[in-house]
Amino acid sequence: MTLMNCLILAFLLFGIGVWGLIHRRHLVGMLISMELMLNAANINFISFAYFTASDSTAGALFSIFVIAVTACEMAIALAIVVSMYRRYKSLDVEQLRDLHD
Amino acid sequence: MTNEISISYLIFLMPLLTFVVNGLFLGRKSAKGAAAFAITCNGIAFASALYLAIKFFTVGLPPIVFQIPFLKFAENFAANIGLLVDPLSIMMLVVVTFIAFMVNIYSVGYMRGDRAEGRFFALLSLFSFSMLGLVAATNLFQMFVFWELVGVSSYLLIGFWYHKPSAVSASKQAFILTRFADSFFLFGIVLVSYVLQSFDFFAINSITLSYFKEHTINLGIMTVTQADALILGAVMIFTGGWGKSAMFPMHIWLPNAMEGPTPVSSIIHSATMVVAGVYLVARLFPFFAVCGNALELIMWVGAFTMVFAAVIACTQKDIKRILAYSTLSQLGYMMFALGACKIGSAVITTGWTASTFHIFTHAFFKCSLFLIAGSLIHQVHTNDLDAMGGLRKKMPVTYICALISILAISGIPPFSGFFSKDEIILAAFQGHHYVVFGLALLTSGLTTFYMFRLFFLAFHGKPRSESVAAGHVHEDFAMTLPIAILAVPALLSGIAAKGLFEHFFVPGKLRVPQLVLLPEAHWIPFVAVAIAVLALLIAWVLYASPKAKIERALDDVNRGGIYKTIYHKFYFDEMYYCVVRQFIFNGVAKIARNIQDYVIEGLVAAAVKFVHILGSLVRTAQSGNLTFYLGTLIVGIIIWRFIGNLPF
Repeated sequence: MTLMNCLILAFLLFGIGVWGLIHRRHLVGMLISMELMLNAANINFISFAYFTASDSTAGALFSIFVIAVTACEMAIALAIVVSMYRRYKSLDVEQLRDLHD
Repeated sequence: MTNEISISYLIFLMPLLTFVVNGLFLGRKSAKGAAAFAITCNGIAFASALYLAIKFFTVGLPPIVFQIPFLKFAENFAANIGLLVDPLSIMMLVVVTFIAFMVNIYSVGYMRGDRAEGRFFALLSLFSFSMLGLVAATNLFQMFVFWELVGVSSYLLIGFWYHKPSAVSASKQAFILTRFADSFFLFGIVLVSYVLQSFDFFAINSITLSYFKEHTINLGIMTVTQADALILGAVMIFTGGWGKSAMFPMHIWLPNAMEGPTPVSSIIHSATMVVAGVYLVARLFPFFAVCGNALELIMWVGAFTMVFAAVIACTQKDIKRILAYSTLSQLGYMMFALGACKIGSAVITTGWTASTFHIFTHAFFKCSLFLIAGSLIHQVHTNDLDAMGGLRKKMPVTYICALISILAISGIPPFSGFFSKDEIILAAFQGHHYVVFGLALLTSGLTTFYMFRLFFLAFHGKPRSESVAAGHVHEDFAMTLPIAILAVPALLSGIAAKGLFEHFFVPGKLRVPQLVLLPEAHWIPFVAVAIAVLALLIAWVLYASPKAKIERALDDVNRGGIYKTIYHKFYFDEMYYCVVRQFIFNGVAKIARNIQDYVIEGLVAAAVKFVHILGSLVRTAQSGNLTFYLGTLIVGIIIWRFIGNLPF
């Protein structure tokens, strides 16, 4: 296991996340893709902390902090998703275009 | 001497104080308080002016100039503001403060119960303050500033009853017409001060043209000698006075200004506004005397206005209009007397003395006549002679005062007008201007005729309106008191001041040859009085004798063409309206309107259209498609980070 392997894993994970964010039409799917991108960033944190930093605890702590923030964010996002579903009976972003010109 | 200077400050500060206090504080709270304050302050101002005059004339002081720099335009070229105390300005200070004092007392009665009494007293004081500043000006610049202040305050007062459309249009007419003349005045000031590098009256009055004939000046459109530029400037400056003194053909605003309250008409006609033009010419007399034929122009303008207005006054039926035209006529006397001083290249000074003397006497009897007219209107509730008649018994004090003032304006000895008018006619004779001399005698007859026509129709005969016949008419004390006081100077100011004027009133040092030995003509007063008495008799036969046909005299419908033309004031108002409508409203204004509508509005509309199109282009990006937004975001970040040359 080298730093490069970890970075490639993170890159792939991030790419899948971007690809999913653009291609998914379902809001929950897009949220999952965003979660993938955030986790790719977490992997980067941890790998740099493990391989290069003199004190690896800072990087690990930071990724835990990110996970906590993400949990809050997801709770709000899911609440919005639920209320949107109640309102529109659909979560297809192609149909949710009320904010257009 | 500092004592006198500080007294003369009081003359100016008191009306200004009244304006500020009444305008800002007292006027809204209590009309009575405002009136009392105005009367007190104007009384103090008059007392100070009188004290200064007595000191000045008994001690025989030289003219005092006191000034401080006000605006510095360049090195050695500043507009000062200050006080000029010489016989002419002292005379005007006394007259203006006295008339303002009287008119303020009178207004207590006349304006009683008006909604805006406080505003009235504030504006009246502003008016007299502006005129006081004008007469005490030491230079043309200061004079112009106060000249415009006089214009503004007259505008505010003529349009005092702003809910009356006629008053509003009259005030606009007065302001615009005098402003039109003032623009020439300003141009003249600029021209003269440019050539002479000074605004100061003493500098302007002490020039000789020969020095300026050798230098040329570039006026932008052409190059002329400085002497020609000065003559042009003199004519321009006179044009300012031409409009302000309502000389023909810029006279129409003055009769229309009758729409204001009568005390305002009274103060405009006697002391504050219209004599400003005459005062300007008198003040700059030595300058006009050297400037070519400027005085000749002044003489003819004055003489024509004098006859023209007198002829119109003979047919009018609105008493205030008759008095307005009589003011025009009397101003014509003053103006032509100044102009008639010139004989070829030489000058006599009797006309100047006579003119200033006439300003002095005219102020009293004309103010009195207007106040009397105001009393009549206040009681009978109309301006029209049709509804008057038979007021002699009901208003005895007013009747006697009216008789005194009318005899004074008619030039019957020993009333004041006789002395000044006699000197004017004599000056025309001594100046060898025989045509003008004849016109002046004729006008003196016309004056007597129309004044007695007014007098007989208003006071004599049977009452022609029900309210007069029923006895609702009485005299108001606050209004009759100033009339009675003014009757005294109307009677005596001629005899009393004749010596003073002949001794002190000379137009300064003249740079043109001056004739001293003049032909004496002792027969002139007799002829003038004879003409006046003859005119009086004609008026009596037509309007007051037992056989007079009043209905026929008051009829203005079944009349000949000439009478109708005169009755309609030679259709000058209509000509003005025609010019204004056809040329200004339908010509200039329409073009301006089209430019506004099509050029300016079009430019604005094109700018709006451009922005709109740009906006709709940008708007297509806002599709509401979340995927598109995210894609753009990511692509944007990539471009920004990797391709763009940005400092990150």
